[in-house]
Amino acid sequence: MTLAIDVHGLNKSFGDKHVVNDVTIQVEAGRICGFLGPNGSGKTTTLRMLCGLLTPDSGSGEALGFDIIAQADEVKRRTGYMTQKFSLYEDLTIAENLQFTARVYGLDRRRERVDAALERLGLTSRRGQLAGTLSGGWKQRLALAAATLHEPRLLLLDEPTAGVDPKARRTFWDEIHALAAEGLTVLVSTHYMDEAERCHEIAYISYGRLIARGTAAEVIAGSGLVTLHGEGPNADRLAHDLAGAPGVETAAAFGAAIHVSGTDRAALEAAVRPYRREPYRWSEVPPTLEDVFIQLMSQSQDNVR
Amino acid sequence: MSGLSWLRVLAVLVKEFKQLTRDRITYAMMLAIPVVQLTLFGYAINTEPRHLPTAVLVQEDSRHARSIVAALKNSAYFDFVAQARSPAELDRLLRNGEVQFAVTIPGDFSRRVARGDRAQILVEADATDPSATSGAVAALAALPDLALRHDLTGALASRQGEAPFEVVVHRRYNPEAITAYNIVPGLLGIILSLTLVMMTALSVTRETERGTMETLLSTPLEPLEVMIGKLAPYVFVGLVQTAIILVMAATLFQVPMGGGWIGLSAGIALFITGSLALGFLISTVARSQLQAMQMSFFYILPSILLSGFMFPFRGMPAWAQWIGEVIPVTHFLRVVRGSLLKSQGLGDQWRELAALTAFVLVVTALAMARYRRTLD
Repeated sequence: MTLAIDVHGLNKSFGDKHVVNDVTIQVEAGRICGFLGPNGSGKTTTLRMLCGLLTPDSGSGEALGFDIIAQADEVKRRTGYMTQKFSLYEDLTIAENLQFTARVYGLDRRRERVDAALERLGLTSRRGQLAGTLSGGWKQRLALAAATLHEPRLLLLDEPTAGVDPKARRTFWDEIHALAAEGLTVLVSTHYMDEAERCHEIAYISYGRLIARGTAAEVIAGSGLVTLHGEGPNADRLAHDLAGAPGVETAAAFGAAIHVSGTDRAALEAAVRPYRREPYRWSEVPPTLEDVFIQLMSQSQDNVR
Repeated sequence: MSGLSWLRVLAVLVKEFKQLTRDRITYAMMLAIPVVQLTLFGYAINTEPRHLPTAVLVQEDSRHARSIVAALKNSAYFDFVAQARSPAELDRLLRNGEVQFAVTIPGDFSRRVARGDRAQILVEADATDPSATSGAVAALAALPDLALRHDLTGALASRQGEAPFEVVVHRRYNPEAITAYNIVPGLLGIILSLTLVMMTALSVTRETERGTMETLLSTPLEPLEVMIGKLAPYVFVGLVQTAIILVMAATLFQVPMGGGWIGLSAGIALFITGSLALGFLISTVARSQLQAMQMSFFYILPSILLSGFMFPFRGMPAWAQWIGEVIPVTHFLRVVRGSLLKSQGLGDQWRELAALTAFVLVVTALAMARYRRTLD
């Protein structure tokens, strides 16, 4: 197997804030790796270090076989990076944005490539429209087209679908999978669990530390979490009573139902016992990725305190 | 419509005040502007300058000549800084701007005074800025009656009602004292600074603010490529503006186009480059377009007030002149006015051109040093 990303011990501080702490990531070529973690956990900083926008304080590694520090230029040439905010030019048209990107990368057959990208996006008829007038979903698809115009081998996406509606998100992810099928490696940060589940594997980062790694099933299994699902009239209101009870690590309402999770099965059962009566019905369910992440989040917070 | 709620007004007011004080540059500007304006207007600006540098060419060393020089000095308008040895040297001192006045006391002066034969002294004023010389010229009217009062005795002194000599005043370079001759070439410097510094500062800051800079940096673009590509259009803007201003100056205001084209072209090229580099430097410091705007304004203000554009440079106290010397507009104005009005050659302008070159080099070096090719 070849690693598209292979970095170890990355550190980055801004002032006295240690934003990225000893992060080691390996991503196999052609895989989609979901990069998850709470806000401010260092995801964006890590992505920026990978594409040469930031210099790590310490640590080293390779992207696409090039040293990310010494050969940042080589990495840049072969990497597509999409920022969190729409960062094409709103006052240029759709076609002009793509033409600009094509020139910056010094591509040949520019007209052909831009036309092909427009065709693929389905924006050929709207090529003369200003990019700023596109809806959120279209903007992100245009940005993705611009980031992949130079046929990169690595794609770094920073929360590409934040604030985008579900249908547009699905289209966007279909495109990402199509790209991965062509051999592109993708590292994508997200907060959406459904997106995390569409990744080949997941890396979970919190407070600058990588704390979970693997496929969705591996991460769920590795958490050792037990989840109980409670139903019944107003079962959701139990979340308030159960949260904070010994053995309950997370308690969250899902519509009229409730999910309580904990790693200590006996303690969790004990906490739920007073509510094992009519009208409530309890059953054990496999924990969702979200349950696992919320537990990971609260755990790592405890570690920091 | 419900009534005006003071509580809601207060909510907005408190929020606004907090935001106002949170941006430190805005906060600093709020306090700095009145202080700077008051200091400049109050202390630095003087529309009737005294102690103007004057050169003298004395073609006869006589008691009368010494008395005249002494009387000129006593008027407080003239400071004698140079003694010319020839009319050519005197002319050069006036042309290259080292002195504001050139006084010639002719060889036969004493003889003519003694004979009562229309004795004259010649005072040439650099009238490119009419307001800088008007006070001093007015003071010359009293000179003939006062200067030789102690020298002349007996019959010469008693010739009542008739002055012993006459002061001939030549307003050089702008004989009709037309203010537009001074202001219009000066506007070239002000307009170029206003547009170029501000436009560049905003154009780069806009990329940072909108997040497009992050995308640019993630591409193979080199910093120098970004800088050249972003600044070149503004060089063009600057040249178009220069052409418009010069054509309008010549056609609408009949400003003389004296020549000195080599120096003028060099000056324009240096000034445009320097202004762009300064704008770029501002954009590496400013974090928002608002801040870039405020910093540009902070540069423009002294450029208008302390450069000699609006008020006579020599009317300002020494400290203000020092500040003025650091501002590139000051030197650029001298080049433009010198070329157009005084037909200066490179020999007259090299000091100003050297100052502009130094400005370009220092600011470009600072801008390049501050420009980050990463987001660190």
